[in-house]
Amino acid sequence: MKVDPKQVEEACKELYIRALKMLPPDIKQGFQRLDSAETNATGKAILGTMIRNIKVAEDNTNLLCQDTGIPIYNVVIGSGIEVDGHALKQAIVSGCTRATKEHPLRSSVVHPTTRKNEHTSGGRHVPVINIDFTADADTLSIEMIPKGSGSENNSWLKMAIPADGVDAIKTFVIDCVLEAGGKSCPPVIVGVGVGGTADLCVHLSKVAATRPLGSVCADPEGAKLEAELSAVVNKLGVGAQGLGGDSTAFAVHVETAATHITMNPVAVNMQCHSARRARATFTPQGLAYGY
Amino acid sequence: MAHYEFNMPVSEEQVRKLRINDTVTLHQTLYGIRDATQIHMFDHGRKTRFDMRGHAVVHTAPNVKWVGETKAHPSGYAPICIGTTTSARMERFTRPLMEQYGVRIIIGKGGLFAASAKAFADLGGVYLAIIGGTAALETTWIEQIEEVDLDDLNPESLWKFRIKGFGPLLVAMDSHGGSLYTAVNAAAKDQRAGVLAALGVKS
Repeated sequence: MKVDPKQVEEACKELYIRALKMLPPDIKQGFQRLDSAETNATGKAILGTMIRNIKVAEDNTNLLCQDTGIPIYNVVIGSGIEVDGHALKQAIVSGCTRATKEHPLRSSVVHPTTRKNEHTSGGRHVPVINIDFTADADTLSIEMIPKGSGSENNSWLKMAIPADGVDAIKTFVIDCVLEAGGKSCPPVIVGVGVGGTADLCVHLSKVAATRPLGSVCADPEGAKLEAELSAVVNKLGVGAQGLGGDSTAFAVHVETAATHITMNPVAVNMQCHSARRARATFTPQGLAYGY
Repeated sequence: MAHYEFNMPVSEEQVRKLRINDTVTLHQTLYGIRDATQIHMFDHGRKTRFDMRGHAVVHTAPNVKWVGETKAHPSGYAPICIGTTTSARMERFTRPLMEQYGVRIIIGKGGLFAASAKAFADLGGVYLAIIGGTAALETTWIEQIEEVDLDDLNPESLWKFRIKGFGPLLVAMDSHGGSLYTAVNAAAKDQRAGVLAALGVKS
């Protein structure tokens, strides 16, 4: 199947705007679950306002949160897809720029030292574009994630050592949740990367933080770890917005990679309660939007 | 726990009455300020023409649309989505904002720290917690962008909003040393050992 870069550009524009306005159903269900379990009055009131905000955004077709984030596009290309890879990347960048200028959206992206804002939501290496491949022949999937800074500023990497074992991983995760407090806009999804190289470990923590609620790590050891951490994280009492209660996190997600015999890396990346994502899927049947 | 309705600006006496867990709803005027705005004001010596004495500032950089100056949009900007950012990065600006500009209320999310708590106590100020990530709702409390200053920093300009029913907001730090964040953080740290034990971590 051939994919026209012009269609990709249009979809990437649409994806940014959709992601900012419509929260995925799994996150909405996550809110209902936390709300029904919350025992703290302040926490309950905060969750109620967050749930109301989702409705106001939908009713007014407005953005859920003012933070348009750093735009990330995750592309998965099926084996039967014919596409010019360079043109595909250019189409993603122009779609992102067009969303910013045509909606318009606040461009939240600046040069790291001059702090100059090009008002395109882009710059060097941004939007972030991750490309992967699949055997699913006639499918091209593009997931868009506007990653907010409140949560992204709460990111950590620790190069623990093998002698510290899994205990080091668990301790680090709990300490990061405490350190983040209310700054990462809880309830959060705590994304944990375990293993790999330093950069892969941090990348995996982002993959984990942006996974749908209810999804499970494909590595049974990672799945075991995320279940254990999810079961206890809300006992910390950080609570929604760091103001106390039972709703510190929707879940802890873990992603793993093989690592070196001398290494035991662990990374944490937080996703805020406005856990936004949108997906466009190109198949022979046409283009479909979802989450 | 009392509720207050404030027509901005307010006096020191009004602010000193507030205690943590009280709630406040603001009316009339609110200023929007952020990292770059304050870096330029306090590190690069730039000044604003706005008189912020007795006023409230919210940590924000809004989504706006340039529509040209009209009666409905005197600044030339129409609001699209206005929400609140994490306050922690702007901790060191609380005191100069209060001392040099007479600001009495800071609205943000995630809380501020000891230096801000001291400034609130010394000078008479409070921190009001808004719920981060609820910008669609917050936008409905803003009637108009009246004026804008330091707009070369856009979107981190200094914004003057006309507001109606901005709140209720929670008094999370007061002028008597009270801070909900300090209390919650201390309680959470007390849970650390129990949580690690539940995870089977050997101490």
